[in-house]
Amino acid sequence: MREQSTAAPILHVSHLKKYFHTPRGNLHAVDDVSFDIPEGGTLGVVGESGCGKTTTGRAILRLIEPTSGSVVFDGSDIITLDKNRLRVMREKMQIIFQDPYSSLDPRMAVASIIGEPLIIHKRVTGKKELLQRVHTLMEMVELEDRLFSAYPHELDGGRRQRIGIARALALEPKFIVADEPVSSLDVSVQAQILNLMQDLQDRLGLTYMFVTHDMAVVKHISDEIAVMYLGQIIERSPAKALFSRQYHPYSHALISAIPTIDTQTAEAASILRGEIGSPIEPKPGCRFAPRCEYCVDKCLTETPPLEMLEPGRQVACWRAKELRL
Amino acid sequence: MDEQLLSIQNLTTQYLTDESVIHAVNGINLHLAKGGSLGLVGESGAGKTTTAYSIMGLLPKLTGKITQGKILFEGKDLTRLPEDEMRKIRGNEISMIFQDPMTSLNPILTVGDQIAEVLEIHGTADTHAALAKAGDMLEMVGIPRDRMHEYPHQFSGGMKQRVIIAIALACNPKLLIADEPTTALDVTIQAQVLRMIRDLKVKLDTSLILISHNLGVVAQVCENVAIMYAGRIVEYGPLREVFSRPLHPYTEGLLNSIPRIEVDKDRLSPIRGMMPDPSTMPHGCIFKPRCPYAAAACGTRAPHITEISGRSVMCLMHEGVIPNTMGTGGHHA
Repeated sequence: MREQSTAAPILHVSHLKKYFHTPRGNLHAVDDVSFDIPEGGTLGVVGESGCGKTTTGRAILRLIEPTSGSVVFDGSDIITLDKNRLRVMREKMQIIFQDPYSSLDPRMAVASIIGEPLIIHKRVTGKKELLQRVHTLMEMVELEDRLFSAYPHELDGGRRQRIGIARALALEPKFIVADEPVSSLDVSVQAQILNLMQDLQDRLGLTYMFVTHDMAVVKHISDEIAVMYLGQIIERSPAKALFSRQYHPYSHALISAIPTIDTQTAEAASILRGEIGSPIEPKPGCRFAPRCEYCVDKCLTETPPLEMLEPGRQVACWRAKELRL
Repeated sequence: MDEQLLSIQNLTTQYLTDESVIHAVNGINLHLAKGGSLGLVGESGAGKTTTAYSIMGLLPKLTGKITQGKILFEGKDLTRLPEDEMRKIRGNEISMIFQDPMTSLNPILTVGDQIAEVLEIHGTADTHAALAKAGDMLEMVGIPRDRMHEYPHQFSGGMKQRVIIAIALACNPKLLIADEPTTALDVTIQAQVLRMIRDLKVKLDTSLILISHNLGVVAQVCENVAIMYAGRIVEYGPLREVFSRPLHPYTEGLLNSIPRIEVDKDRLSPIRGMMPDPSTMPHGCIFKPRCPYAAAACGTRAPHITEISGRSVMCLMHEGVIPNTMGTGGHHA
């Protein structure tokens, strides 16, 4: 793991909201989320299904339009950019998707998939240059040359994910949203891809927002971690510090629930009761309160703000200071 | 030691395609004592699910075939049992939980009816008694019994999986096979379900085979573990011993590949390469192409099972054919 980055933020997200209209009211998928990521760093965003981690990643890239908020990347607010300027900005911001089986066009050969962004953004002048760039990219992600004209269905998940990474790198981005990039891979292949992503980051100075539900993966890859619950960040911390101590009862429950080979978590007392609540028109108060064993009256009526508890650590819990989790 | 419930001997299962024979399971041996629990661990394509389907008699009729070996369940060889006999065992004495709770339930039947159905089919209870028992089963898996009149879509993923477990346990089976039972669930819900499986196993004295690619999940529930690779069981033994002191290079490789909560690693150590194509297995040891300890002999000589104080392993290092350098990282270190 790299040292805590002291670089200036390359991405500054503030008060980001994404609401979806449903017949039963607004679904608050992302509800007032603010964070920044220093250049060259990795922010891990974790949480369970429906916590808004994927929507946050997509809203930042404007792959879905945010309801409100600002996303300042490299000095300009993405949210206010018109279509043309957004397209130019997108060259610097890319995404790697979870499922390498459905995110690649099955009718395109490997080289065409990787080379397509170069053609669309007119980065190459001729076929020769295109092929050369594709070769360099394939080498970068350790894809064998012989796969140049192969099709995605001929390849295993690990190689497919390498194609997704090569394609994301084609336009030399500064920032990559990686949305569960290793979740569908076998553990030995997962380790290969995680190592590759770390190498590329060191070599190219990339900044990552790494979205995952896997706590062990996020601990391994991240400098900092933001834990999300029902559309909000409830705790933010340097990666290792979060695992040695959690201030928010949900982070604590989440980390205690991880099945590890070293301990029997099923023995642990703090197995979380109940299930995640509805994100549709949530009531005021802490969204975790109905499942929280430390809940008091205030938690049911007033939403706790995300506050700095100690340098580098922010928590949204009324009782964070007094609880010893 | 304890009485055997299940004994798999030299099981070989193949899938026949137009072009080739897929060697899915290649001569495995497994034993499960009454009340015991066994984790079956390996990556995609290792043959875990095919092993389960072989036991259940659920291999695809036209393409899947057990070509060798025996599956003795309470002394009866399941591979030789006619289908109508097998049907009495399946869902009654041996039950299986499938991976995906979203698609395993019938969307047009209430969950209560789906639990009751199993009891009626196996003649354990009449309609009235079956519905009453269905309510009991729901309560046992932590769902209020008045929800038995609801349909699957009204349940969350975690609750659907509980319903499926209730169905599987309704006839009080002697053996439960759970194939990735928590893979589709969130981690906090997974913890709830794993604890429930463990508690029920003790309460009902059911034997358990838990199939998972997740070493941590298996460690929560099982006493023994079998590590599968390319259709073979390369290592078997008490789970804590296997995970703390692996004997097979593949087991060691798996353990080194996973990021750990308790251990800080700057870099993971993946196993290089990929699992071999099951239609063309390498000569000698199947793991040789990826093994950091491999020597020339491994390419020609297939390892046998070596027994080492209650554990077993398939590797020439333990047969004394090549020097045992386990733990050194081998020549790729």
